[in-house]
Amino acid sequence: MPIIKDQRITENTWTFIADDSPLANGDITVTLDRWTRDKEQLLKHESQVGVRLMPGDNIDILNKEDFNAIKLIELDFPVFADGRLFSLASLIRSKHGYHGEIRAVGNYMTDQVFYLHRVGVDAFELSETKDIERVLSALNDFSVCYQPSIN
Amino acid sequence: MYQYNEQDQRLIEERVTQFRGQTKRFLNGELGEDEFRALRLMNGLYVQIHAPMLRVAIPYGLLASKQLRMLAKVARDYDRGYCHFTTRQNVQFNWPALERVPDLLADLSTVQMHAIQTSGNCLRNTTSDHLAGICTDEIEDPRPYCEIIRQWTTLHPEFAYLPRKFKIAVSGSERDRAAVQLHDIGVYLVRNGAGEVGFRVLAGGGLGRTPIIGQTVKPFLEKKDLLSYLEAILRVYNLLGRRDNKYKARIKILVKETGLEKFIGLVEDEWLRIRDGMLLTDERIAEMKTHFSPPAYDHSASNDTSFPDHLATDNAFATWAKYNSVEHRVPGYKAVFVSLKAPDSPPGDITADQLDVLAQLADTYSFGEIRSTHRQNLVLADVKQSDLYALWQQLDALKLATPNIGTVTDIICCPGLDFCNLANAGSIGIAKEINAALDDLDYIHDIGELKINMSGCMNGCAHQSVGHIGILGVDKKGEEWYQITLGGSSDNEAAIGERLGPSVAKNEITKAITNILEVYVQQRLEEEPFLQTVKRVGLEPFREKVYANH
Repeated sequence: MPIIKDQRITENTWTFIADDSPLANGDITVTLDRWTRDKEQLLKHESQVGVRLMPGDNIDILNKEDFNAIKLIELDFPVFADGRLFSLASLIRSKHGYHGEIRAVGNYMTDQVFYLHRVGVDAFELSETKDIERVLSALNDFSVCYQPSIN
Repeated sequence: MYQYNEQDQRLIEERVTQFRGQTKRFLNGELGEDEFRALRLMNGLYVQIHAPMLRVAIPYGLLASKQLRMLAKVARDYDRGYCHFTTRQNVQFNWPALERVPDLLADLSTVQMHAIQTSGNCLRNTTSDHLAGICTDEIEDPRPYCEIIRQWTTLHPEFAYLPRKFKIAVSGSERDRAAVQLHDIGVYLVRNGAGEVGFRVLAGGGLGRTPIIGQTVKPFLEKKDLLSYLEAILRVYNLLGRRDNKYKARIKILVKETGLEKFIGLVEDEWLRIRDGMLLTDERIAEMKTHFSPPAYDHSASNDTSFPDHLATDNAFATWAKYNSVEHRVPGYKAVFVSLKAPDSPPGDITADQLDVLAQLADTYSFGEIRSTHRQNLVLADVKQSDLYALWQQLDALKLATPNIGTVTDIICCPGLDFCNLANAGSIGIAKEINAALDDLDYIHDIGELKINMSGCMNGCAHQSVGHIGILGVDKKGEEWYQITLGGSSDNEAAIGERLGPSVAKNEITKAITNILEVYVQQRLEEEPFLQTVKRVGLEPFREKVYANH
């Protein structure tokens, strides 16, 4: 599925690899567990590596080297109502100083993209149920905010 | 009160546009049920038994007369000619049609009103003391801080999908009139040893199924750290609050299960990290205070002699003044309660006609402003004593002058089974019955201060756990029964009421209440208020009488 980044549709070059699947070629993301387990192997990967986070993941186990090596962080929404990923995004940016791409994937709502963007998410994976024009429009729902943006 | 600037106005208008789009997409099938539910709740819209219910925000209970007029207009144009004030100082409409709500919100926005985050798992209305700014026991006016907090909470991007709802209350006086200890975060303005004013922050209070009194997490917080500290608490809650069980998802459970010390540690760690980047400046506080500067008081107001004359010659007026007005920090002024607890009226309700005249009275007698209280009444906060007689006559003509504030018929009452999907039992009907049984004003006044809080279900919207007498509607084998508690309180010595005994049938609840009152009158020592008597004699005498035939 394509992604939206910087208000444009872009091809998605990344593949998520499940914990029990062998690492494929190309840009790949793995779970936090796997990152910790197979880090040595992952750091030798010929393409880019990234991490797909779940709402309950503890990102404090990642250090500066980890964040330098991780070229993409995916935030996987099991359900839209699990708001922990918003705080994770905020912490990844402000606490860990991560400047790479943070991408929302899974069951987030189009109507959440404005807030997601403001907490540091800069890319959105689309799905069959998501209308591209609507996502682009929703990113501009408000021209004024009371809180400073993470970005 | 706070005056919107161009940005404030644009924000609420863009919110209307956003919600209009979401409603349209829901109605044409593009947006699913679950998705729309989350979004509409964050715009105050519930789907209820008879019709959608819309909860409109009244930030810390403060309203301008033009806003009262708009509430009247909305009641007429979109509803059935009335609305209902809530225990969080908001106002509710029971009958708007879903597809017209965006238009309703657009109308509200023309007078700087909205329904943003009045429902849903997000930061709700920040509530406060209905006597803020004018009370004689004030340490500092809480309202500028309420407005600063309001702005910080409004459309906060990180905290819109919390484990559960989140409620903040702020009090600036010695006496707590805002039920601060029963909130997810409670804030008291306090003085430290050096005489500086700062905040005492409590967390983990709440009512409902598991009523818990909040605990102090920060005994003294400097003003500049207010927002960073709140943000730290919210971030810890958002990350660690339970999401597996709706009934265990409030911060009160997190504090309990984590343990207070450990919880404070988590908050402090995060706070120390972010505090320097979120300082609340003296300039910002000073600028905000200018929105709440005192009105142009007449400082010769206390020279008036007509007020004491009327008191001496008109009994009915004197009674009303005694129960429905309170001391004001400016000599010659009073704060006047507008009672929404007339005997034959649903508690907390007001009609469009009453709202319109009240707007006029606010303009004439109280600098164009009015406040809502968490006991579902209203307050005209700045009335000259020389105007009290004329005001009383006009309120009386409107049926807004029942002299019962703080008494046994000033019942906090939720909408109950008549209106609410969640209810187990009716509440409004019982309030009416109790009123009818206590139709002797002298008796009511003899009883004195007594707070009855009645909820139709365990969600406790009427705060029954902290009523002096609490009444809780329960479903027993498909019938409406009522659980009674005694000795609750939401003031400085907050306490959860103790259960009296087995639940009581619908046809017996009013009798149980009158029995309780009889026991009180028998047991009390001289002028001892109800709550004191209960503390002194315990529940046994009341139990004996109420369950005598069981």
